[in-house]
Amino acid sequence: MAGSEAITMEGVGKRYGEKHALDGLDLSVRRGTVHGVLGPNGAGKTTAVRIMATLLRQDSGTARVAGYDVRTQAGEVRRRIGLLGQHAALDEELSGRQNLEMFGRLYHLGARRAGARADELLDRFGLAGTGGKAVKRYSGGMRRRLDLAASLITEPEVLFLDEPTTGLDPRGRTEVWNAVRSLVGGGTTVLLTTQYLEEADQLADRVSVVARGRVIADGTVDELKGRLGGDRIDVVVRDAGRLAEAAALLPAGAAVDPDRRLVSAPVADRMAALTRAVRELAAAGVEAEDIAVRRPTLDEVFLHLTDELRLTETPAAARTEVPA
Amino acid sequence: MSALGSAVTWAAADSWTMTRRELAHWARQPAQVVVGLVFPVMLLLMFGYLIGGGRGVDGAYVDYLVPGMLALTMAFGLESTMLSVTRDLDKGVIDRFRAMPMADGAVLVGRSAADMLQSAVGLAVMLAVGYAVGWRPGGGAGALAATAGLLLLLRFAMLWVGIHLAMVAGRPELVQAVQILIWPVGFLSTAFAAPASMPDWLAAAVEWNPVSATATAVRDLVGAPGAAAAAGGSWAAEHAALLAVAWPLLLVAVFLPLAVGRFRRLGG
Repeated sequence: MAGSEAITMEGVGKRYGEKHALDGLDLSVRRGTVHGVLGPNGAGKTTAVRIMATLLRQDSGTARVAGYDVRTQAGEVRRRIGLLGQHAALDEELSGRQNLEMFGRLYHLGARRAGARADELLDRFGLAGTGGKAVKRYSGGMRRRLDLAASLITEPEVLFLDEPTTGLDPRGRTEVWNAVRSLVGGGTTVLLTTQYLEEADQLADRVSVVARGRVIADGTVDELKGRLGGDRIDVVVRDAGRLAEAAALLPAGAAVDPDRRLVSAPVADRMAALTRAVRELAAAGVEAEDIAVRRPTLDEVFLHLTDELRLTETPAAARTEVPA
Repeated sequence: MSALGSAVTWAAADSWTMTRRELAHWARQPAQVVVGLVFPVMLLLMFGYLIGGGRGVDGAYVDYLVPGMLALTMAFGLESTMLSVTRDLDKGVIDRFRAMPMADGAVLVGRSAADMLQSAVGLAVMLAVGYAVGWRPGGGAGALAATAGLLLLLRFAMLWVGIHLAMVAGRPELVQAVQILIWPVGFLSTAFAAPASMPDWLAAAVEWNPVSATATAVRDLVGAPGAAAAAGGSWAAEHAALLAVAWPLLLVAVFLPLAVGRFRRLGG
């Protein structure tokens, strides 16, 4: 494989009628890393993954995966990738084992090795006991694990995980996270899309934030958080009349939400800020119902990044839509 | 091995894997397979005993009816093909197939092999039931083999029509519309009734129906008494054997490339 990049996308565009699903997406993922693509519904994450996995053709721009062009060398790309899509890519009528064996045969492992590999993967993903059951009787978490197992039959160079935990309960999410973590270190490059900052935080080395089909920010999770002003402290006070007082006691930049009796302020040092808030609120006699330090939500990330974008983009530099 | 040779081996292996997948589906859902086999038998018994009667046919109605039912069963195979294809496309599994280094068209070849196998079994059942209700085909083993060949050729044509229509229709709900439409198209044939019993304009349409061509050709092959007279007097009726081959070939020539092309372009 040429170069140190497992994935490069340059100016990739994809339109559905009038709508730009991707509007000049640039992405670069180093080999052996986990890269998070973070964005809300409709940002273009799935479209980008489907293009990289050769399921969809882009209208413009180039995309290379594992050193091969996805459009002109799709066959080479397909030999080197694994895909965990948003919807289970499994045969629901067949058993878990039958699915894995079938995919193994399609990778031309041969009947014997396909069967052995199926058993190995069922075992590794904790499905050995239910390998004979039809997939349609699996729980959401089991389905996802089997789907992930199917993506790993040939130990791909590049693995795409498209919102791997959306729709799973917390237990299912933990199962999938653990499975993904166990892959890293084996040299596989992982591209992960998610709507949850926490998920990117847990799994990704670097993150690209996508909105309206373009990358609006990228960097390590810590770098992004730095740009956001990091964590926040939330205080819910018992008496709405004392909200202003509570806001004055918290770090600068506190926002007040009277309906929820909530004061929220950015903090630099999580534990120190929490201790100080508890002490000062108690000293002032402001009763708190709840105090918590939390990570910024994706909504806050977006508000912040799109605000930043508006401020830095001069009218001349702003893109104007040219009808094609 | 040459590049072409290895590509063919690769494609054959993938197609066989896809055929095995369909066979595994049957093993897991035997009830569905049985229903698929029983339905045409039911139709045959219903028309033979319940509705019965001559419909402008000389001789024993069973000799007329069984070849018609065989042809109609093959034509109605379109429905099961469409249903399987739309169900497949509706699911994510096709995405996984397409993101794998799989031979082009193996999914369709697998579908086609499995459907043909199912139809061959269905045909054997129908022949046996026909015999049980008193149908005695003439012409010996050669005629019977030619009969099976013509019928499976019609089924093969309907298979590719079905794959293409399923991909055009997309969702299973739209398939229902086609399922309803296939009934009048199938029944507007010489399967149950001789065109002589129909108004002229209807008889003309009926005689040109591919189902009629196969039904009439089979009747001629196994020597159903009065079949020639019952088939009608048009060019189509007189050249049924030719049409029974030409119609399916034409349908395959049109719909096979369309279906394969559509499958390749699934990714837009």
